[in-house]
Amino acid sequence: MQDVVSIKDNHIVLPDGSIEKQTTTLNLGPTHPATHGVFQNILEMDGERIVSAKQTIGYIHRAFEKIAERRPLYQITPLTDRMNYCSSPINNIGWHTTCEKLLKIQTPKRVDYLRVIIMELARISDHLICNSVVGVDAGAFTGFLYVMQYRELIYEIYESICGSRLTTNIGRIGGFERNFTNVTWEKLERFLKEYPKALKELDDLLLRNRIFMERTIGAGPISAERALNYGFTGPNLRAAGVDYDVRVHSPYCSYQDFDFKVPVGSTGDCYDRFLVRDQEMWQSMKIIEQAYQKIQDFKGEEAEVYHADVPDYYLPEKKDVYTKMESLIWHFKIIMGEIDMPVGEVYHCVEGGNGELGFYLISDGGRTPYRLHFRRPCFIYYQAYEELVKGAMLSDAVITMSSLNLIAGEMDS
Amino acid sequence: MGLTYDRIKEKLTEKFGGQVSNFEEPYGMLCFEVPKDMNLKVMQFLYDDDELRFRFLTTLNAIHYPDNKGRELAIVYHLHNMVDNVRLRFKIYVDITKPDVFTATRLFEAANWLERETYDFYGVNFIGHPNLVRILNVDEMDYFPMRKEYPLEDQTRKDKDDEMFGRGGSAGYGTVKTEDDTTIAESEKDNVGDKLI
Repeated sequence: MQDVVSIKDNHIVLPDGSIEKQTTTLNLGPTHPATHGVFQNILEMDGERIVSAKQTIGYIHRAFEKIAERRPLYQITPLTDRMNYCSSPINNIGWHTTCEKLLKIQTPKRVDYLRVIIMELARISDHLICNSVVGVDAGAFTGFLYVMQYRELIYEIYESICGSRLTTNIGRIGGFERNFTNVTWEKLERFLKEYPKALKELDDLLLRNRIFMERTIGAGPISAERALNYGFTGPNLRAAGVDYDVRVHSPYCSYQDFDFKVPVGSTGDCYDRFLVRDQEMWQSMKIIEQAYQKIQDFKGEEAEVYHADVPDYYLPEKKDVYTKMESLIWHFKIIMGEIDMPVGEVYHCVEGGNGELGFYLISDGGRTPYRLHFRRPCFIYYQAYEELVKGAMLSDAVITMSSLNLIAGEMDS
Repeated sequence: MGLTYDRIKEKLTEKFGGQVSNFEEPYGMLCFEVPKDMNLKVMQFLYDDDELRFRFLTTLNAIHYPDNKGRELAIVYHLHNMVDNVRLRFKIYVDITKPDVFTATRLFEAANWLERETYDFYGVNFIGHPNLVRILNVDEMDYFPMRKEYPLEDQTRKDKDDEMFGRGGSAGYGTVKTEDDTTIAESEKDNVGDKLI
């Protein structure tokens, strides 16, 4: 890649005293279709090369950390939905496992495996959107529409468990609100059977596609050292060649029981990010298949377990709430958040769609957190954007942005 | 598993003596406290030392303790040694009237926006930060909203005009208010005549 300064020198220089700049300011966003979310980029352009980029974020800041200080644990779950809304079940379960860590709740194995299935489905739907959108930004729209029906199937699986699709609010502290029904299992089986074919076709469409490769190879690269210094995590860090994965390094939800590989790239450019996400989807499929097999091994009473025994935080059964006074009172107490939490400080993290999604929860023994801080991976790695696109073409800036998988909701919290 | 918490404690005490204090391990994570002007020195030591290698800044944030006179604001750093897979957390406390802290941006690029965010919400002044301006809130804001003196709005307040949110005026959808501050259904308003406000 040519040095920006030398390109500038070859340009026509305006006469002295001229008020005109040699560079053009280009405003990309806040609601430009190429930005995939509400954030703005002020680019200084020299012809079609980017001299500098200045990111503005915060357009959809909703003060989640402040609101969380007034809410009992359950009322915080819907806030986490709205961070990375491409994979909200991971946020929900991440939040619930944080609460479980604070409350020292042990979940049964079957619950862990059910959670793993849901989280890996969420990871697939997250990566699926990101990868197919990289395709769209490189000019291949077909793949995006084609895989969308499998995201739809994943959403139907969520729907059959929790009743909603995008902002799921799935699960409870201790497990799930209900056992997986036959409909869920049927849909999951269908997904396991049909999806690999579709993913294979997406791979065939893009992986060795010459246009796609030339657009993405070398676009927005980052070295492993710089990526670590910038606080990259998740697929973007792994594309730079660091095999850090929270699922392996600090396992939660019994991830240590599963056999899977952590794919890594080497150059940290758009193509490597695409490859890492693609391979992660295949690995997620492997994990879901294993979890499905493991769940089949539970027999009799064990096969009915879908939550831990934590009456203080787990809502009583609906039919009891309607017929028994004690259950009704207890239901009310939990819903209104009238249960004091233990005093403590806990940091818990899960591997979200974009990387290490951390929850730093401080409880002073009240009914609501004293302070809750979300470590949003997107917010931290978007800082590197200027370094990634400096000297690149405008079209590279767009494709870099989509391959970083920036989610405005997660960034602004 | 090479690096243990005992070893980290030993190394820190060896280097900084009693200045690094209050070692705890709540929920399996090493925590300690550092004097406010030592944050950078400790972080640099943790970064450079060949054995410790804490070279990843996981996150940093602030906490407000209004009753903690003289040390109202706590700034919390989460560091990670990825080679040995060890995490730790340390805190510094500053006076809210003079919340000056050294920036970590020279060590970690990741600290840049995190410190801007902390400044934005708590007003912590990071000395040496290249661009300490608000990041998520509007630029014109003249207070630091996450401090505890700004409670969230009372959800039962009555004086707010909700008309813009489709809730039909301050009395609620489908209702009107009378002079003596009682709420009646809109269909009843003909019966009370000019008592409406």
